[in-house]
Amino acid sequence: MKIIYNFFGNYGNAWRMIAPAICITAVFLGGQTAARAQAPATTPPPAPAAPAATSTNAPAATPPTLPDSTGTANNQGTAVDLTWPAPADPKKVTMDEVIQNVAHNKVAINVVWTLVTGFLVMFMQAGFALVEAGLCRAKNAAHVFSMNFMIYGLGMLGFWICGFAIMFGGVGVGPGCFGFEPSLGQGINLLNKEFYIMPNWGLFGYTGFFLDPSVFDTAIFCLFLFEMVFMDTTATIPTGAMAERWDFRNFFIYGFWVGMIPYAVFGNWVWGGGWLAELGQNLGLGHGHVDFAGSSVVHMTGGVIGLVGAWVIGPRLGKFDKSGKPRAIPAHDIPMVFLGTFILAFGWFGFNPGSTLAGTDMRIAIIAVNTMLASAAGAVAAAIIMWIWFGKPDPSMLCNGMLAGLVAITAPCAFVNSMGAVLIGIISGILVVLSVFFVERVLKIDDPVGAVSVHGTNGAWGVISVGLFANGTYGQGWGGVHVLLKGATKLIINNDGSAEALKKFTDAVSGGYVDQGVTGAFGTLFGAGYNDWSQLGAQCTGTLTNFVAVGLMALIWFKLSNYIFPIRSKKEDELAGLDLPEMGALAYPDFQLTDATSPRVD
Amino acid sequence: MKKLEAVIKPFKLEEVKEALTAIGVEGMTLTEVKGFGRQKGHTEIYRGSEYTVDFLPKVKLEIVLADDIVEKAVAAIVKSAKTNKIGDGKIFILPVEEAVRIRTEEKGEKAL
Repeated sequence: MKIIYNFFGNYGNAWRMIAPAICITAVFLGGQTAARAQAPATTPPPAPAAPAATSTNAPAATPPTLPDSTGTANNQGTAVDLTWPAPADPKKVTMDEVIQNVAHNKVAINVVWTLVTGFLVMFMQAGFALVEAGLCRAKNAAHVFSMNFMIYGLGMLGFWICGFAIMFGGVGVGPGCFGFEPSLGQGINLLNKEFYIMPNWGLFGYTGFFLDPSVFDTAIFCLFLFEMVFMDTTATIPTGAMAERWDFRNFFIYGFWVGMIPYAVFGNWVWGGGWLAELGQNLGLGHGHVDFAGSSVVHMTGGVIGLVGAWVIGPRLGKFDKSGKPRAIPAHDIPMVFLGTFILAFGWFGFNPGSTLAGTDMRIAIIAVNTMLASAAGAVAAAIIMWIWFGKPDPSMLCNGMLAGLVAITAPCAFVNSMGAVLIGIISGILVVLSVFFVERVLKIDDPVGAVSVHGTNGAWGVISVGLFANGTYGQGWGGVHVLLKGATKLIINNDGSAEALKKFTDAVSGGYVDQGVTGAFGTLFGAGYNDWSQLGAQCTGTLTNFVAVGLMALIWFKLSNYIFPIRSKKEDELAGLDLPEMGALAYPDFQLTDATSPRVD
Repeated sequence: MKKLEAVIKPFKLEEVKEALTAIGVEGMTLTEVKGFGRQKGHTEIYRGSEYTVDFLPKVKLEIVLADDIVEKAVAAIVKSAKTNKIGDGKIFILPVEEAVRIRTEEKGEKAL
């Protein structure tokens, strides 16, 4: 009886609080309904003015008298809305003004698209933080989060100091495909200094240090934002592979280094007009090393740095027993891992479709669909493999599987069809599981979150898959190489910037030749006109280069930085958990941690 | 006065509480604990590596009772906490010397 009384008593109070709100809502909704009911009775808005482009007598602006709820009346836009540049006389809009406005809108759409997708990629930092912290132990959660948080700022400043200049300082020089114009505006061409060892063999760029006044340009700042958040993805991958034992001071200086050097150098070779991008012209390898959104530039770079870092720093205490058998150190917060994975998958809709740097390139629809298909296939494949081998689909592997699919599709997302995307995803899901076991059991390297397998292994798989499954429908003229087909006849024209090459190209096109996009070794299986094994050669060259060059840079850095600040946390701090000794704050001060998931330390 | 320490399966807590309330027990203290007895733990696999979960989560109820109700309370706990599977838990009965209600300073069974 008492319980029943309490029940009504409490809810009675609640009702008293809610009732006024309900009354107000009801009155409001009633008003809305009434307004809707009256709508047909009012006179419809006047018909829109004739489009500006065809009219030389557009009406002068008259203040609207009625709201335009469909956007087809007052707000539709007329000649008076052509305010950029302001038409001399709205009644007489010239063709030049129209052209200028259309072009302006195109560039503006591209800039807005690139910025908004960049914002999505920035949010992936939150995903990385959640995934990595969730997969580690509670006693290190504040430390892991701190690394994932600070890398955003540290890396950004490093990228601002010199990373951007090295990576994109020369992106405006050297011919791309015929007819190429920068999507974000001509300002990109101010980035015009690349260091070459011989023609077409660019090593690094050198304009735009500190984004100095000479590059104070909307196109360049837009590019900076987008590439900066990509760099931060690379930068935050090793924080997972080296988690729970990385001295925060050593990490701190690492943050600057990673933003300044390794990503920028390899990125220049692939995206900044460097030698890997020109492999097609230099060595006849397809369209050069093609990496649409960064399977190698972003993910493999992060994975390789993580691999080297985890190897140099050594395994967490107790990770391997005396015989070298790995012990499990279970995740402390699986829901956090899932949430982080979803945030990453969401952010990837910025990562891949945004890499067009152009909202006017409608290929973004295909890229987005390929991205989600591969992520699904990766998660499903990893689940099935774990189920078969161990009887249960390990939640941490489900997440690794989805991320593996996303990493793998990052390079090929624009170049494959949906069958290719799913196939790439399935293979990535299997590959990530095999790679986790290989890293742990064969290499004996401790990677708490599977970062090396997700980003390194699948980054490599992603770029190689371009060379296998690309179907020739996108990327015409990439790397300055035009592969033209007429029936079975193939014609390759390199754009060396000369007038003869352009003439040869235009003649071929008017002669019935069709310009082919990036095509893989099994391109015909997916609808391409031919199979291009040389593209696979370019992809493998890029992959190998990444492993060797980035691996070497990372090895030198971690060995050297160890002399500035020791890379490894103190043993007693690691045992106690790094939160208090290194950060001065516990992640969960209100809970008693039993540390039951830590293995014994021999 | 006696103190009952009952270690039970967490999902049985509500049933045990209701059974004790039904026979007139007015208060109890709950602790989240982990432990094992003869049941031992079990092995799980995390990212391909086996690990044992020895300490299983249980809840421990501490109840101080007047002597005459102890047997009824034990029977109620046993009946409500039993699943007939290993790991159902244990009840320990200890003598209690004195009890004091802080607010009123009452002592002995009156303080319960």
